[in-house]
Amino acid sequence: MKRDWLPLLLIPVLGLAALPLVGSAASWVTLTVAGLAMGLMIFIMASGLTLTFGLMDVLNFGHGAFIAVGAFVAASVMLALAPWMTADSLWLNLAAIGPAVLAAVVVSGLLGLAFERVLVRPVYGQHLKQILVTTGGLIVAEQLLKVIWGPEQITLSRPTALRGAFLLGDIAIEKYRVLAVVVGLVVFAGLALTLNRTRIGLLIRAGVENGEMVEALGYRIRRLFVGVFAVGSALAGLGGAMWGLYQETVTAAIGAQVAVLVFIVIIIGGLGSVGGCFIGALLVGLTANYIGFLAPKVALGSNILLMALILLWRPQGLYPVAKR
Amino acid sequence: MVKQALRAILSDDLPRSRWLAVVLVAILVGLAVAPFLFPGAKSLNVAAKICVFIVLAASFDLLLGYTGIVSFAHTMFFGIGAYGVAIALTRMGASWAAVAVGVVAGLAVAIVLAAVIGLFSLRVRTIFFAMITLAVASAFAILASQLSDLTGGEDGLNYRLPAELRAPFSFGDTLFGVRLNGRLLDYYLVYLASVVLVLALLRIVNSPFGSVLMAIRENPFRAEAIGYRTVVYRTIASCIAAAAAALAGVLLALWSSQTNPDTTLSFDIMVDILLMVVIGGMGTMYGAVLGAVLLVFAQNYLQDLLAIAHKALAGVPLLANFFHPDRWLLWLGVAFILCVYFFPSGIVGRLRNRR
Repeated sequence: MKRDWLPLLLIPVLGLAALPLVGSAASWVTLTVAGLAMGLMIFIMASGLTLTFGLMDVLNFGHGAFIAVGAFVAASVMLALAPWMTADSLWLNLAAIGPAVLAAVVVSGLLGLAFERVLVRPVYGQHLKQILVTTGGLIVAEQLLKVIWGPEQITLSRPTALRGAFLLGDIAIEKYRVLAVVVGLVVFAGLALTLNRTRIGLLIRAGVENGEMVEALGYRIRRLFVGVFAVGSALAGLGGAMWGLYQETVTAAIGAQVAVLVFIVIIIGGLGSVGGCFIGALLVGLTANYIGFLAPKVALGSNILLMALILLWRPQGLYPVAKR
Repeated sequence: MVKQALRAILSDDLPRSRWLAVVLVAILVGLAVAPFLFPGAKSLNVAAKICVFIVLAASFDLLLGYTGIVSFAHTMFFGIGAYGVAIALTRMGASWAAVAVGVVAGLAVAIVLAAVIGLFSLRVRTIFFAMITLAVASAFAILASQLSDLTGGEDGLNYRLPAELRAPFSFGDTLFGVRLNGRLLDYYLVYLASVVLVLALLRIVNSPFGSVLMAIRENPFRAEAIGYRTVVYRTIASCIAAAAAALAGVLLALWSSQTNPDTTLSFDIMVDILLMVVIGGMGTMYGAVLGAVLLVFAQNYLQDLLAIAHKALAGVPLLANFFHPDRWLLWLGVAFILCVYFFPSGIVGRLRNRR
């Protein structure tokens, strides 16, 4: 099969095109790292959504709920471990973040299982009802978050070791963004390896291409789907926890806000494609940061413009998944 | 004679249920006499809000219930209508010419934008439309709060209405103890415009065009095969819905003399409209009417009920939070989900089935 490299070229092209506009190399590096960090965080949150859509044709408008839950759970754990967060030791800081992120992942994953069982399962194959029910789920989840954690926003400060920036000459790179890039790349590598090198991954890819055939060969695609849904929710929780630390505030509306970016990313990537989702996320992150620097007033409009341009070029997204 | 006239006015789409007819007449008459029956600023405000939201929900039902497409940008068109009038009244002063300019500009922007979004995204799949409208609407809301020179930013615009619609204007003494002033005139303007708009929408969904929309909802592939261009029909439907939503926005702007992002563009309003249409009954204009009345009532009075429950449960730590007056949306959200599962045709469907 011939690989389609053209969309991949968009990222360096975008970066190089921004270089003369930004002017100074130092700010360009800072912006690029910031854009990659933001893009990878969005990718972590979006990957599960695009896979569940590809596999079962289920579009979960309530995906934002998992993001918000992840952020809240992580924030609670980190606030409980506040002394470790403020300690001046990288290891103690990590000892606080580790459990927080783990709790976020586990709670979001379990919530994903419940969400799938209660809300999504009864409406397979009915798009209109899926959209309505999962939107309803988002409304209820957002209100429940307010019931449990109260309506006020939670302020969260990053641990000592992750504050500030690395200075290389006159280039400043925020430490937390480096961590976000590393985690994002690890998740992407993990997903790519699972999808391309394992038996489960083979089945998932086959299911995305032609679910009925996989069923006919004797595999239970439903069970596969539940697994993918739970993992996708858990990743959303991980992304939410990271996003909360990135913004340093957590509100119940965080889910709905980030979900908009997530939707733009999976539309750009082509619904169902993990590779497209990765490229889309990086494009969105980079554009948001470049435009935010060059013309802050139109920053959010830039994402819509990016989406419109890409859909003009490829109406089904960068890597359309051929089916249905 | 009367029956024929009624059929003509309702476009031959009668309530088909005694209870539904009773409720609808009660709403129609109740809103007509509201200023005399429940005098006072708050209740008049609730009544006018109900009128505006009936139009807004009915226009959303044209999309969701009749055409089977989900748009999350309906409040955007609502906001465009409201801001059109608000900006014109701010810039040109309080005159009817300004209102006319605002209405025309708002309608034009809404229709063009709806056509562009429709042609862009309805070509591929309807699920695309839901996501793209969500993205566009959130970008638009941010744009509106950023362009503070034009829109007044987060605070919105405060402006003066034409003299005839303001409280000092008077066209007579009192009637049944209610002062005949500009606010009363304003209320009846909103009321009559809503009645006309709802009847017009009823006419549209019961026309041949409406039948094509329903055919597309049931089976787009087959509708296309029979020879109807589904993209064109869906796009026209979304343009009509956008125009009606913009007019609802105009009514809101003419009623409240202030327009801000919270009351016109926020995602909360979008959620409200969704709840109204689904709980009332998708695919029946009457459902939108019922849903709008129910939800505006709930918004204004369910909180009082919850406050009582909240007080009673004050000692219980977590449970009390469930009944906090600000959590009314939680209960309606649960009702919404149950409706989608168990009563997809909403209240109207239930009423029609029991006969």
